[in-house]
Amino acid sequence: MLIRKPADIPSSEITPPEVWRARRTFIQGAALGVGAAALAPLGAVASTYPRPGEDEPLTPREFVTGYNNFYEFGTDKGDPAAHAHRLRTRPWSVVVDGECARPGEISIEDMLSGFDQQERIYRLRCVEAWAMVIPWVGFPLGELLARFEPTSRARYVAFETLFDPEQMPGQRRQVLDWPYREGLRIDEAMHPLTLLATGLYGETLPNQNGAPLRLVVPWKYGFKSIKSIVRIRFTAEQPPATWNRMQPDEYGFYANVNPAVDHPRWSQKSHRMIGDGWLAKRRETLPFNGYAEEVAGLYAGMDLRRFY
Amino acid sequence: MAGRDWVVWAKPGVFLLCLLPLALTLAQGLGGGLALGANPVETLLHRSGLWTLRMLLLTLALTPLSRALGRPWPIRLRRMLGLFAFFYGMLHLLVYLWLDRALDWPVIVEDLTERPYIIVGMVALVLMSVLALTSTRGWQRRLRRNWKRLHRAVYLIGVLGVLHFLWLVKADLREPLIYAVILGVLLALRLPWGRWRRAWVQSAPAVARRSVSSSR
Repeated sequence: MLIRKPADIPSSEITPPEVWRARRTFIQGAALGVGAAALAPLGAVASTYPRPGEDEPLTPREFVTGYNNFYEFGTDKGDPAAHAHRLRTRPWSVVVDGECARPGEISIEDMLSGFDQQERIYRLRCVEAWAMVIPWVGFPLGELLARFEPTSRARYVAFETLFDPEQMPGQRRQVLDWPYREGLRIDEAMHPLTLLATGLYGETLPNQNGAPLRLVVPWKYGFKSIKSIVRIRFTAEQPPATWNRMQPDEYGFYANVNPAVDHPRWSQKSHRMIGDGWLAKRRETLPFNGYAEEVAGLYAGMDLRRFY
Repeated sequence: MAGRDWVVWAKPGVFLLCLLPLALTLAQGLGGGLALGANPVETLLHRSGLWTLRMLLLTLALTPLSRALGRPWPIRLRRMLGLFAFFYGMLHLLVYLWLDRALDWPVIVEDLTERPYIIVGMVALVLMSVLALTSTRGWQRRLRRNWKRLHRAVYLIGVLGVLHFLWLVKADLREPLIYAVILGVLLALRLPWGRWRRAWVQSAPAVARRSVSSSR
């Protein structure tokens, strides 16, 4: 089961998705946002993370699952939804090694049962200047990393996506340098906002969104949030990241959302919110995608124009 | 003679065919729902841009086609298709200025001064406007020999259009490269191959003679 059930609630009392989704729609319709009441049946833990305001409603599910950049399944936004059914997400395990005291392997089942799954409503800002608001389900990456006891030499965390052209037909062409790789500084990785997502909209993560396990780093451009992870490695040196390696002047290692630093080919000052419709205005992009209060401290004293 | 001149009859049909992409898009847009996808402005931008390029390449294909067939009828469709390229180009500009940038002029000026792919696209559109304005018989007469020179700018427009497409793509260059190859072929067909061949054939015996003598 994806969502860990609190032990004191029998399964007969858990609200089926169609019921709570209808309830959620009703709550949103009443302009109350997603209320705590709707979260209770998910067994999600209440937390004090920031969530987008009322003027940023949830992006409709069909857009979240139908408009994706996941080049492993093709470069068109519709390709992942069309081809991701080929991905087998069970059995699935993640190797965690490198600079840590207890390297090992952990299965997706152990992650689902071993960590409290929470709902987190985050903005996702793509480097292509569009954005979504997505109700993820997952758990903080830091909780997983702590289990493997990183040593003092672990200054970065490297991630790798599955490489299997049989399941991921987009990998048959060298559009990117496969396998897709990303990395975070250890303090970014341990930050409570950094999430390992296992689901969205209260259900198991659809394949096209990076099943069964993906990273979500809400203050960074979407390409940092690597999908279908099979390997996590603690490193002493800054690990290679796919887009950064391909075009270092366009995609930085940090890739923090920053309206003051334009992509060389387009402006990052504003974005289009998916679901806003074709007569809607673009929205102003905020530093760190609106999470500056939580994360700006990680970069104190750094020249963000240089370390973009 | 008039009865056999089928181009006169075919023209309205081609005209309606050229309007089809617009009609389908309008139907999808006005029909509401999700027909234009999650990012409808992006869809409209891409679609209008692609049809500009396609009409342009079709226009450029007519002269070689006419030569290959040994018949003049493709030339008689050339102005109409060229004007449709201009028409879709203007729609592309309108979508960009109004829907994408919401007529935010400071932002547009920034785009036009800092972003190479937008500059290149804009230059192509300005050139297209000049060609569209001077596409009438009257201008043809007024400009005389210069008209032909001026309208050779269509080759440059094609190159700029493909460049505009290539420069905006993130990683997968396949689609713009297909357009680049088609454009390359259409431009290559215009090179004076015949003259070169004749020159080569004439010079070949001389070369052969020389190489034979030198080998002795």
